[in-house]
Amino acid sequence: MATVMKVNPTRMELSKLKKRLKTARRGHKLLKDKRDEMVKQFLELVKKNRELRASVEESLKQVQTYFSIAAATMSSQAVEESLICPKQETELETESKNIMSVIVPRFNYSMTGKDSDIYSYGFVTTSAELDVAVGALSGIIPKLIELAETEKSVQLLASEIEKTRRRVNALEHVMIPNLEVTVKSIVMKLEENERGNITRLMKVKDMMIAESRQGI
Amino acid sequence: MNKIACVGDRDSVRGFMAIGFEVHTANTLQEAEKTVRELAESEDGYPVIFVTEDYYNGMQPLISLYAEKTVPAIISIPGKNGSQGTGMAAIKALTEKAIGADILLNS
Repeated sequence: MATVMKVNPTRMELSKLKKRLKTARRGHKLLKDKRDEMVKQFLELVKKNRELRASVEESLKQVQTYFSIAAATMSSQAVEESLICPKQETELETESKNIMSVIVPRFNYSMTGKDSDIYSYGFVTTSAELDVAVGALSGIIPKLIELAETEKSVQLLASEIEKTRRRVNALEHVMIPNLEVTVKSIVMKLEENERGNITRLMKVKDMMIAESRQGI
Repeated sequence: MNKIACVGDRDSVRGFMAIGFEVHTANTLQEAEKTVRELAESEDGYPVIFVTEDYYNGMQPLISLYAEKTVPAIISIPGKNGSQGTGMAAIKALTEKAIGADILLNS
C-alpha cells in the first residue's frame, strides 16, 4: 500500500529522493542488526533472570518459614526488637553498563559494620530459629542484588527492543516502499516529458521541411 | 553509596531489617504506594526498592513510571504468603513484549 509522495517531478527531487532511499535502506539494515543482537542479549538475560527468580523465591519462602517458627517460639515483639538495630548496613554502589546503547544499572553491594557477624542481638533472649532465619536471609543478599540488576536490565532491554522493532517495521513497510514508488513515478514522468519533447521536435522538423519544399 | 529499600507488610519484611536494608512497613496499598513514590523521588536515591507482591500488583501504574529509567529498580519479592507467581508472570510478559511470543515456556 505504498503511496506516492507529493513532490515535484524534477531531476533535483529525483536525486534527493534517491539519496533518501539509500539512507533508509542503510538505516534499515543497521537497525535490523541492532535488533537481532539485542534479542540475542535479551534471551541470555531473561534466562538468567528466570533462574535467579526461581531460586530467590524458593529461598525467601524458606526464610519466611524460619521467621514464622522463630516468631512462634518467642513473642513477635521480641523478634522485632532483636532485628531493629542491625549491626551491618548493606550499601549499594550503582554503576552503569551499556548493552547495545541501552544503559542498564550494575549494582555493587558492600556490607559495612564493625563486626563480621550479622547477628544484631544477644543470644540469651532469642531462639535458635531466629539465628537460622537471619543467617539464611543474609546468605541470599548477593542473589537478591543480582536479581534486581538482571530484572531491571531485562525490563529496559525489552522496551528498547520493542522500539527498535517498530522502527525497523516502519522503514521496511512504509518508508522504503513509499520512496521506491515515488522514485519510479518521477522517473516515468521525466521519461514521458522526454518523449513529448522528442515528438515535438520531430513535428517541428517536419513542418520546417514542408515549408522549405513549398518555397522551392 | 546508597541504601536498599524494602516496602511491605510488617510480617513479610521484618527479616530484612537484620541484614541492613531500609525497611518501610505499610499496612495498606495506599500507604505502600506513597512510600514507594517517596523513595523513588528522594534525593538520596534508592537504586533498588523491593516491594512485596501484593502491593507490587496493586501499584502497576506507579511502577510503569520508573520502568524506562535506569534507576530505581523496583523489584517484587514474595511476601509472607509465599510466591503468587507475579515475578514469573512479569518476566513472561516482558519476553512476549520483546520477542512476540514466550519462547522460553519449557526451559
